Amino acid sequence: MKTLKDVKVGKTAVVVKVHGEGPVRRRLMDMGVTKGTSIYVRKVAPLGDPVEVNIRGYELSLRKADCEKIEVE
Amino acid sequence: METKIALAGNPNSGKTTVFNILTGSKQYVGNWPGVTVEKKEGRLRGFDNVLIQDLPGIYSLSPYSLEEVIARNYIINERPDVILNIVDASNIERNLYLTVQLLEIGLPVVAALNMMDVVRKNGDFINTARLSEMLGCEIIETAAIRGEGLMTAARRAAELAGTEKTPVPRHRFSDPVEQAVTRIGEIISGTVDPQYLRWFAIKLFERDEKVREELGLDANLSAGIENIIRNCEQELDDDAESIITNERYEFIGRLMAACVRREERKNNLTLSDKIDRIVTNRVLALPIFAAVMFVVYYISVTTAGSLLTDFANDVLFGEWIMGNLSEWLAAIGTAGWLTSLIVDGIIGGVGAVLGFLPQMVILFLMLAILEEIGYMARVAFIMDRIFRKFGLSGKSFIPMLIGSGCSVPGIMASRTIENERDRRMTIITTSFIPCGAKIPIIALIAGAIFKGAWWVAPTAYFAGIAAVVISGIILKKTKYFAGQPAPFVMELPPYHLPYAGNILRSVKERSRSFVRKAGTVILLASIVIWFFSSFGMVSGRLLWVEDMEFSILAAAGGLLAPLFAPLGFGSWQPAVATVMGLVAKEEVVGAFGVLFGVAGDALALVEEGAYEGLAAIAAHFTPLSAFSFLLFNLLCAPCFAAIGAIRREMNNAKWTWFAISYHFAFAYSISLIVYQLGLLASGAGFSPASAAALLLVAVLAYLLLHRPYNETRRLKSAAAEIHSS
Repeated sequence: MKTLKDVKVGKTAVVVKVHGEGPVRRRLMDMGVTKGTSIYVRKVAPLGDPVEVNIRGYELSLRKADCEKIEVE
Repeated sequence: METKIALAGNPNSGKTTVFNILTGSKQYVGNWPGVTVEKKEGRLRGFDNVLIQDLPGIYSLSPYSLEEVIARNYIINERPDVILNIVDASNIERNLYLTVQLLEIGLPVVAALNMMDVVRKNGDFINTARLSEMLGCEIIETAAIRGEGLMTAARRAAELAGTEKTPVPRHRFSDPVEQAVTRIGEIISGTVDPQYLRWFAIKLFERDEKVREELGLDANLSAGIENIIRNCEQELDDDAESIITNERYEFIGRLMAACVRREERKNNLTLSDKIDRIVTNRVLALPIFAAVMFVVYYISVTTAGSLLTDFANDVLFGEWIMGNLSEWLAAIGTAGWLTSLIVDGIIGGVGAVLGFLPQMVILFLMLAILEEIGYMARVAFIMDRIFRKFGLSGKSFIPMLIGSGCSVPGIMASRTIENERDRRMTIITTSFIPCGAKIPIIALIAGAIFKGAWWVAPTAYFAGIAAVVISGIILKKTKYFAGQPAPFVMELPPYHLPYAGNILRSVKERSRSFVRKAGTVILLASIVIWFFSSFGMVSGRLLWVEDMEFSILAAAGGLLAPLFAPLGFGSWQPAVATVMGLVAKEEVVGAFGVLFGVAGDALALVEEGAYEGLAAIAAHFTPLSAFSFLLFNLLCAPCFAAIGAIRREMNNAKWTWFAISYHFAFAYSISLIVYQLGLLASGAGFSPASAAALLLVAVLAYLLLHRPYNETRRLKSAAAEIHSS
C-alpha cells in the first residue's frame, strides 16, 4: 500500500482511503483529506517531521505517523 | 425582545476581528462552564438588544474536540436565533465544510464571505448569488480588516432572526444515505426537538458517541438504527463517517466548480509561500527562530522591559508609593504594626509582582504580534519533532517560552493546546523553566558562593529544561497521560499584516488576568506571610516582633528545617526563605538579607554585583549545599501567583494538588540526589541518606525506562482473563 509518507517533496498524490480510527482519522477527513482529493507535498520540517502539504488550496501540517494512515495513488 | 446571534467560523477566518468590530468595547470575557475554553459575548454596536455569542474557532462539528462539542452544544441547547458564519473566502473550499454542517442543523444561517479583499487582489472570482442559491442561505461579502460589509451582515442576521420560516438547506446526501437518515429520523421522532430532527438523525448515522449518550436510546431502538447504518454501509462499501464526510466535500466540489474561478498563478506560489520558503526552510528555519526569540527577549527582558520594570519597582513602588505612604501614615499617627502591614506586607508583596507588569506587557505585545501574523503556527511546525519526543507537542513551546519571563502568563498560554492531556502536562512542567523572578536567586548563589562562576546560570536553565524533559517522559508513561497521541493536524495560515485592535485586546486581556491575580491570591498570601513574619510568641504571648528571628515564621522554619537537612540546608533560615519564595521567588534573596543580618537591601546588592556585602549568607553554605538549595528553589512549587494560575487552568482542585505535590517531590528528590552523591564523591562516609539517594536514582531510572502504560494491552489481557475463566 502506498501512503502519503512515500510521496516525495514536490510531488502530488491522490487520496484513496484514510485508514485508522477515532479522532485523528476524523480530523484528517474534516480538514479535507477525503477520497479523490489531490495533495501536494510542499516540504519537510527542518528536523525531518512533520511535513507541510497543500490541499484544497491551503497549507496543512501533518506528522509522518499520520501520513502513513493516508493511502494514496 | 432580545436577539441572539451565534458567531461561528474556522480558526484564522478573521472571526476574532469580526467579533471585535461588531461589539466594540461592549464585551464580556469568561469561560465556558466547567472547561477552560474562553467564552466571549458582546452586544452589537448600536443595537443593545442584539447579543452576539462568539463560539470557539472550529473546523467541524465532530464529537472529538472540546471546542467543537462546546459550539454544537451551545447551538442545540441554547437555541440562538440565527447563526452568523464567518467564511474565509480566500480559503473557501475548506471553510464551506463547516457552513454545510451548520446548515444541516436547521437554524437560519447568514454566511459572511470574509477576506473578499484578498480574493479580489488575487484576481479570483466568486459568484456569490449562485453560491447563495446552491447553499440555501444568505451570503454577504465582507472584508473585516477594512470593516466592509460587517454591519450589513450582522443586521441581516438580526432581521432574519425575526422571521418565522425555517430554512431548508439545499444539500442532499446520496439516496441511500437520505433514506437511512429519514428512517433514523422516524425512529427518534418524539424524543428530540422536531426542528433538530435531521441534525440528530445525521449524527446518529455518523455513530456520534456524544449524541448517542445524550439521547440514551434503549437497546432495541439502538439496534434498529445500527441495522440501518450497516445496510447503508454495505450498499456504499464504506464506513458511515467517511460516507458523510466525503459527500459533504463532494457537494462543496460542485459548489466550487459552479461558483469559484481561480486565477492561475505563476508557479502557484503566493506571497505567504515565498515567505515560508525562507522562514521554514530546512537550513534557515532554526537560526531564524533563534534570532526572533533573541530579539523578543532582548527587548522585553533587557532593554525596554527592564527599564520600565526598574522604574516601577524602584521609583514608583519604592520611592513614590512606599516612601510617601510611610511618611503620610506616620504623620497621621498610624500604629507601627499597621504601617508595616500596609507598606511591607501589602504593597511590598503585591508591588513586587505588579512591578513585573511593564516587562510582561512588552512580552505579551511581541508574542501577540507573532501570533497575529501567523508565525506561532510555524514555531509549532518547526519545534514539534523535539517536543513530541518527550510527550509534548510543538504547541507546548509557546507556554514555556513565555514562562521564562513569568510562569503566570506561560501557564495561561497553555490554553491554545487542544488536547487535554498535553495541556495538563504543559501546565505542570512550565514552571520548571526559570522565570524572571528566579534570576536573583541564581545570581545570589553564583555571585556570593561560586565567586561569579560562569557556569552556574546556564546550569540552572539546563536543570529547568532537563526537569521538563524528564517529567514529560515519566508522566507520559503513567495511565493519566498515556493514550493516543493528540492529532497534530494543524493549519499553517497565510501570513497577514497584524490588526492592531486584536493585538491590543489580547495584551489587555492577558495583562488584566495577571493584575487580577496580584490583587487576590497574592494580596492574601502577602498578608498571611507578613503576619507570620511580624508576630511571635514572646514569653507565652502573641506579640509584634521587630526581629524576624523571633517570629512565628522562624519557629515554623525551625520545625521544617529537619526536612531539609538531607538536602544540605537544615537550618531555619533557608526554610523560612523557601517559604517566603512562595510569595514571589525573588523574596528568597530578600529574606536571606534580613535573616542573616546583611546590611542594606540584599536584592539591590545582588543587582549591583556587590557580593562582598553578602558574605554573611555565603558563610552559611558550602558550595554543594548552596547548589542543592538553588536546585530545590528552582524546581519546587512556584509562587502563589503561578499556583493560582495552575488552579485556574486545570479548573480542578485534584489536578492542582497533583501538580504542586509533583513539583515538591521532584525538587526534593533531585536536590537529595545531588547533595548526597556530591558528599559521597567528596569522600564523606556512607550514610542512610546516601542509600536513600541511590535508591532514588534507581527509581528515577526505572520510571524513565520502563514500558509505558498501555490501554489496549490492559484491555486485551483483561479480555483474555475473562475468556479463560
